[in-house]
Amino acid sequence: MRNKISTLKKYQFLFEELVKRDFKKKYKRTVLGMAWSVLSPLLTLLVMMLVFTQFFGRTTPHYTIYVFAGNIIYNYFYEASSQGMQSLTSNAHIFTKINVPKYLFTISKNVQALINFGLTIIVFFIFCLFDHIPFTPKFFLLVYPVCLLVFFCIGVGLILSALFVFFKDIQYLWSVFMRLLMYLSAIFYTITSFPESTQRAFLVNPLFLFINYFREIVIYSRIPTLGYHLLMLADTALLFLLGCRMYKKYNTEFLYYL
Amino acid sequence: MIVLKVSDVSIRYKVGDFKDIGLKEFILRKITGNYRVEEFWADRHINFTLDQGDMLGIIGTNGAGKSTLLKAVSGIMTPTEGYIIRKGNIAALLELSSGFDKELTVKENAYLRGAMLGYSRKFMDDTYDQIIDFSELREFENRPFKQLSSGMKSRLAFSIASLVDPDILILDEVLSVGDGAFRKKSEAKMNEILSKGATTILVSHSLSQVRRLCNKVLWLNKGRQVDFGDNVNELCDSYKSFLNGDIRLE
Repeated sequence: MRNKISTLKKYQFLFEELVKRDFKKKYKRTVLGMAWSVLSPLLTLLVMMLVFTQFFGRTTPHYTIYVFAGNIIYNYFYEASSQGMQSLTSNAHIFTKINVPKYLFTISKNVQALINFGLTIIVFFIFCLFDHIPFTPKFFLLVYPVCLLVFFCIGVGLILSALFVFFKDIQYLWSVFMRLLMYLSAIFYTITSFPESTQRAFLVNPLFLFINYFREIVIYSRIPTLGYHLLMLADTALLFLLGCRMYKKYNTEFLYYL
Repeated sequence: MIVLKVSDVSIRYKVGDFKDIGLKEFILRKITGNYRVEEFWADRHINFTLDQGDMLGIIGTNGAGKSTLLKAVSGIMTPTEGYIIRKGNIAALLELSSGFDKELTVKENAYLRGAMLGYSRKFMDDTYDQIIDFSELREFENRPFKQLSSGMKSRLAFSIASLVDPDILILDEVLSVGDGAFRKKSEAKMNEILSKGATTILVSHSLSQVRRLCNKVLWLNKGRQVDFGDNVNELCDSYKSFLNGDIRLE
């Protein structure tokens, strides 16, 4: 354990520099670059509102917030996973020449997505304010799903980046999967109209758990059950540990394939 | 005192089907039994030890397994078989000018590279001026890296890398960096590092350089160890006659 901490310390400088690099490259040092990362989810939101409000909006209270909550979490996951997937291959020219821990590249990409997520979540709260949603102390509980989500995304990033080294077409399969996941995560519709058993099936989808947690707290001011919390924790732990295991098992082999 | 021990090291690459077929094709071929992986041994049963202050020259034609061996020694790769024991910190200068980011400025790249080599931020703050002066890139400091010529890139790389004070130093064709004037400067710098007594491994296609600098020679051919010893001149002579086609290796 102490060993791990001293390695972390040793690579802290490198990690900071990597985050800075990815940040600069992403926004290309432009003001609009940063604004874009807020504007783009807002545009998605606008389109969804235009299309779906007449189907679901009339019966769902705070429908804008409802859709927005789904959108920001889905977007964070989408960005972190698809960027994370490329993180090893796109930095191969570095770690085939210099001995550095490769997971730093994956986590750095995750931090990028997290920064974006942070920006949009601020906008989200501003929207809440305009929609006359009362800010309660319960809002502090949102730290729980956000923290889990970070580890969840790192886990998925580690799994995908390892797979991507071996199988390049995972990229296309993943984008298909992500589209399916969008429709399955109840982003723009409510699940209350489904029969009880179908509603329970939604709990299998970890992303839905995160999205739903946000809505429960923000819109309905309800705290999910302890079991719900544990289920989220279990999902996260599973994916994260699986990611670490895969990384550990294959990280020495990556070099043979790059 | 033994600083580096390479014991029966073999490194295997997998070639053939695996790489570009993708997951769907992979599963399909697995099912139909058409899936094939070929093995390619880049290095086979390499053995040598270095004492403190030794300077090893590795010679061999292209594809002899030199670079792969260096990757294993520097810890970038793990040997498929055998083991490597290193004492002290190790600095590997492999293909210097790769690994920079063309979008970042010279200064940002310098910090990033420093971080990769394990320097601290403070160390970089302190030595940054020295680096930029040595590489003679002061006026390009805030330009994006893609505007630099390849010679300039390797000048910067060398200037950062040569700040190290390692116990084991690995040099892969880095003594031929930049134009004439800079080459002189870099050789002087290199000699300065060497005179501090670091154990060094040098890969060079210049036999005269090997003769001049090294006290041990490792000769590789197609992944196999032809010879290892401290009879530098003798080994260089037979390598030379091998290159001329006078002798053959079975």
